[in-house]
Amino acid sequence: MSKKIDINVRHVTRIEGHGNIVLKASDGTIEKLEWQVPEAPRFFEAMVRGRLWSAIQVIVSRICGICSVSHSLASIKAVEDAMGVQISEQTNKLRMLAHYGEQLQSHALHVGYLVAPDLLGAKSVVPLASSHPDAVKTVVAIHRAANQWIELIGGRATHPVSFKIGGFGKLPTEAELTGLKRSLEDTIPKLQIVADLVLSLANKLPNFERKTEYIALVEPGRYPFYHGHIGSTDVPSMVDIHDFELVANEYVLPQSTAKWAKWHRDSYAVGALARYNLNADYLMPLAAKTAKAFGLKKGCCNPYMNSVAQLIESVQVVERALRFIDELLDAGIKQETPHVTPRAGVGVGAVEAPRGILFHRYAFDEDGRCMSANICIPTNQNHGNIQKDFEALVPQIMDRSQDEIRQMLEMLVRAYDPCVSCSTHYLDVKFV
Amino acid sequence: MSKPRVAIFDFACCEGCQLQIVNMEEEILDLVSVVEPVEWREAMSDHSEEYTIAIVEGSITRPADEERLKEIRGRAAILIALGACATTGGVNKLKNRFGLDDVKHCVYGNSGDMPHLDTAPTKALDEVVKVDYKVHGCPINNKELAHIIRCLLIGKQPTIPTYPVCVECKMKGNICRYEYKEICLGPITRAGCEAKCPSGGFWCFGCRGYVDNPNVNAAQDIMKYYGKTVADLRGRMLLFGSKQEHTI
Repeated sequence: MSKKIDINVRHVTRIEGHGNIVLKASDGTIEKLEWQVPEAPRFFEAMVRGRLWSAIQVIVSRICGICSVSHSLASIKAVEDAMGVQISEQTNKLRMLAHYGEQLQSHALHVGYLVAPDLLGAKSVVPLASSHPDAVKTVVAIHRAANQWIELIGGRATHPVSFKIGGFGKLPTEAELTGLKRSLEDTIPKLQIVADLVLSLANKLPNFERKTEYIALVEPGRYPFYHGHIGSTDVPSMVDIHDFELVANEYVLPQSTAKWAKWHRDSYAVGALARYNLNADYLMPLAAKTAKAFGLKKGCCNPYMNSVAQLIESVQVVERALRFIDELLDAGIKQETPHVTPRAGVGVGAVEAPRGILFHRYAFDEDGRCMSANICIPTNQNHGNIQKDFEALVPQIMDRSQDEIRQMLEMLVRAYDPCVSCSTHYLDVKFV
Repeated sequence: MSKPRVAIFDFACCEGCQLQIVNMEEEILDLVSVVEPVEWREAMSDHSEEYTIAIVEGSITRPADEERLKEIRGRAAILIALGACATTGGVNKLKNRFGLDDVKHCVYGNSGDMPHLDTAPTKALDEVVKVDYKVHGCPINNKELAHIIRCLLIGKQPTIPTYPVCVECKMKGNICRYEYKEICLGPITRAGCEAKCPSGGFWCFGCRGYVDNPNVNAAQDIMKYYGKTVADLRGRMLLFGSKQEHTI
């Protein structure tokens, strides 16, 4: 039986940024299969040149609206690294606290608003508001709590303003932290409701596995988002974040304005599932319980399970945050004045953005003006892996209807939670 | 009365302003009861070529994007520019301070000449098409967007502040950033943001563009009083004001 498949999805919906899916096949032979990234590049590494150390975070936060806390913090860590700035334990904890808030905000947005419609057979969350009002209300409540959480510590939920090089421009009060604690305690049962709903729909997540290298921050005995070295599921050794270019090995392809990356294989993956596969042994009790309910095993190579890993992490960050708040309240909030003496130097900062490991590197002259930058974004590290997943998945599902194939490819892209506007600006390329 | 059809589009940006629509949380459900969203790629799989109101985020950086924007303009009775990238070019205009070849090779190395990486000088939307309403800010204040849409629905002209950020900052009781030896663009920047940055402990970087008729003399007095220069202030204006004319 001759069968032609012609899929051309221009601008995949319910993802951040612009991506296309192209599949042409006839009689079981694939003629063209591409994950394309046509997003307009914005050239951040070029734009920060000449700007002062204190303004870098303002500019690069604008790389991404959803993960602006991660970009702010990665750049702040890099500037502090370059200028030898020491920070207090209070600053460290408050930054990590805000960063946990961003994980919850982003994961709730992704699982609740962007992926859930696929599992419930809808085109968006709008019809779900009438078909599943309680679930939507619960997701909205979690999302709002996460935004208020970030705003309390960061001064604003998107493009935070309270983080400064060396410390904080404004500190939360102990009363505000106590209020946050109550809000997070109320969030845990809501997360349980969402987890139960997703668990009841988990059979809608395609069963597809492909051996994959996963890369994330690792730190002995912890499930890190903010500190650590670079770890891979392919090798037991860790790489210092200052050597991130040795890991990412970025290159340019005609099908993408974003760079692609590879290390031990043709591609690798970053994000919630990567962090889970490297660090699942160190989950907090409730997060571990959620993981067990889903039966998610460390070493899972099904990319569609990334959304489940995000749910588990949502519980993890709330549990960790509650512990941090207790520690901060026990110590009491102390007023501190950040002090920075600009100097020449090169610095690197790495954090786990919700979508995966993120690296920033800057060089400064003696006045503290930026001379060069290299920013390596999670989604660009995932683009190659999406393509390789496509190539492994399509032959397995060729017998299905064109619509079903398209739906599975779109869901696959969505599972990676790509942040394409983030991913269209890098530097320091290795060429293929 | 049928609900006006609304479509949301984006060009070069971080999509953080669309996120502020999502961040309206339950209030979106109220909005959906008075307008009909027919296309919003970031949140919906629906597509439509028929809409009355187009809300457009992002800057224009490629000839093909100019054409796409003109098509959107041609279909929409009302076009709203959403956020600094759309209203002024935002941080994207920092690119225009460099040569295009330079920025391409800085970011993509030897691959910078590949045709798909081509870029043009960054433009705000009103440099390409007529814009009916501007929602300023990076990110926007979603209360202001809701206000503009409400006004639109009842045929009333929205009120956008014509006073500087200092007014809102003082109302919040903040200590002036100049007392912290910082250079803040509050005296010359359009208010409407509820002074989020100075309230959070950061200087204003002017994301809402310059206020109409700024009190230049007062701004110069502030510079003098705190031992700063107008050149310092202009240096700060670059971040979000690379296109705008200096007002001081």
